[in-house]
Amino acid sequence: MLLMLIRRVLLGLVTVCIVSLIIFAGVEILPGDACTQFLGEYQADDELLAQCRKDLDLNRPAIDRFAEWAGGAMTGDLGLAVDGKTKISLIVGDRLQNSLLLALCAMGIGVPLALMLGVITGLWRDRMPDLIGSTLAIFAMTIPEFVSATLLILIFSIWLGWLPGIVLTSASAPAAEFFPEILLPVIVLSLVMCAHIMRMVRSSVIEVMAGDYIQMATLKGVPYWPMVFRHALPNALLPAINVVALTIAWLLGGVVVIEVVFNYPGLGRLMIDSISDRDLPVVQSIALIVASVYVCVNLAADLLTMLANPKLRTMYTRK
Amino acid sequence: MTSVAHQKLQTGSRAAVIFKDLVSRPSGSIGLSLVIFHVGLALISPLVVPFDYKLQNSALMLSQPNAIHWLGSDHLGRDVFSRTLMGGREALLVTGVATPLAVIWGGFVGIMFGLVGGRVDEVLMRIVDAFLSLPWILKMLVLIVTFGTGIEVLIPTLAFFYGIPVIRIARAATHDVIARDFVWAAKARGHGRVSIIWRELLPNVLDTLMVEGAMRWSWMLLAFSSLSFLGFGVSPPTPDWGLMISDARGFMSFAPWGVIGPVIALSSLIIGINLTADALAKALGIDRAQKAPM
Repeated sequence: MLLMLIRRVLLGLVTVCIVSLIIFAGVEILPGDACTQFLGEYQADDELLAQCRKDLDLNRPAIDRFAEWAGGAMTGDLGLAVDGKTKISLIVGDRLQNSLLLALCAMGIGVPLALMLGVITGLWRDRMPDLIGSTLAIFAMTIPEFVSATLLILIFSIWLGWLPGIVLTSASAPAAEFFPEILLPVIVLSLVMCAHIMRMVRSSVIEVMAGDYIQMATLKGVPYWPMVFRHALPNALLPAINVVALTIAWLLGGVVVIEVVFNYPGLGRLMIDSISDRDLPVVQSIALIVASVYVCVNLAADLLTMLANPKLRTMYTRK
Repeated sequence: MTSVAHQKLQTGSRAAVIFKDLVSRPSGSIGLSLVIFHVGLALISPLVVPFDYKLQNSALMLSQPNAIHWLGSDHLGRDVFSRTLMGGREALLVTGVATPLAVIWGGFVGIMFGLVGGRVDEVLMRIVDAFLSLPWILKMLVLIVTFGTGIEVLIPTLAFFYGIPVIRIARAATHDVIARDFVWAAKARGHGRVSIIWRELLPNVLDTLMVEGAMRWSWMLLAFSSLSFLGFGVSPPTPDWGLMISDARGFMSFAPWGVIGPVIALSSLIIGINLTADALAKALGIDRAQKAPM
């Protein structure tokens, strides 16, 4: 058991290392470097460029610089932005907090709702609650986020005037100041994630309910609801852990569009802004953070599933 | 999976049977009609639109829907109805080329990984994992900002990044097939690798790849319109739904008709593709909901 745990953590670490290599190599391969961007395309003559590269230590071999960057990242020092003054960890820190806030709120609404709806649609398969729920889920899942966000702003903010349509709070404001502006983005995000998780839970409930041991319990005379709660659901909800993990990773790294629509000062908008400004050091840092979150969350989900599932647990111990 | 007995009873070819099954489901028939409608519209729209999509008329800025301009006009006085009809052309062209490319290269590499196995496979899968852990929009935007936003950049970029998750799917499907008796039999008969891939593995992995392709298509379309919305997709004045919604959003409080047309068009196409993919998966006996999104 312990051996398996160590093995999984090591594999996760290897993945993060490969990611950092890809990020660094990607930026190296792309045409242009920090100096061509910093000096702009117009006034950069060869002499200035050479001076700048010397100042920024760009003449050292790439492997050296990679080691320095990766080493710094491990201790939380992400280096300086392309302007050479601002500390990246400061900019990114605020944004990461805001993204976390958004993600936590969306999960707080989305996950319980999704589990509930998933169980209901699964148990009432092919009947009214399922048909309505599953159809709505397809809509929530497939309609692009910027479309649903635009529609919700149109309805709740412009026509009804109930909720503010965009976020005006500054990036470094404390969490409490984001209410009620954060509500609409939270609603959009929880709708999308709810649909994904619900579909997963539904199909897992259906699969479990068709199992032999459920039939056995029914034949033994276990009443319906105790059977559902004691025999079916613990098994049916296990696969949900992995989907929830994927959704968390998505919430922390992929909600660029929502953040742009609502003007929310999170990690996603910082990413877009720094890509447009070609602030590659910041882009590298964000990429590394988001990728690490993805790997960690998935690792945690895998371990949780194994801990919760005796079948998997013993399977790995025997190996 | 169709059983041997069932296959003998079939009258038509397998493709015909699957097609019949597909359209017999409500989701399949609705979805497929939506897709066919949109593809048809994209092909003929330049011939049937009432107005030139880039014709600006400052007298008509943000005018309400009326008998001449059915969906009103946008902030430059262009006819929203004509632009909505033509707004899917670029998206369908780009994703229509990039999706097959993604499935082909991802599927091929995935089958190879699955076949080779062992250490090589393990190392390569770590690299695939690493790529998957980066947010799609970051990977795409870095390339687009560097190389420009034309379709000659968008198609290969989309095809490349959307092929990576296909590798995983194809590899897993290959692993399922490779341990089966008929593959051993083929090996025992002395067939080469190419023959085993082509005649034994591919036919059995193809179902999964087809469903995967349909799903990739809808996600790619989503990605493409999101890119357009963010201003990194098609360049104006080419009409595109994502870009139209992004432009009209600022005037939404007093001119909501600018967003309604493209919103309905884009949503109906993506829902159509998804319904078709769902029905196709059911017709082929693959449980689509079990697959987590990327």
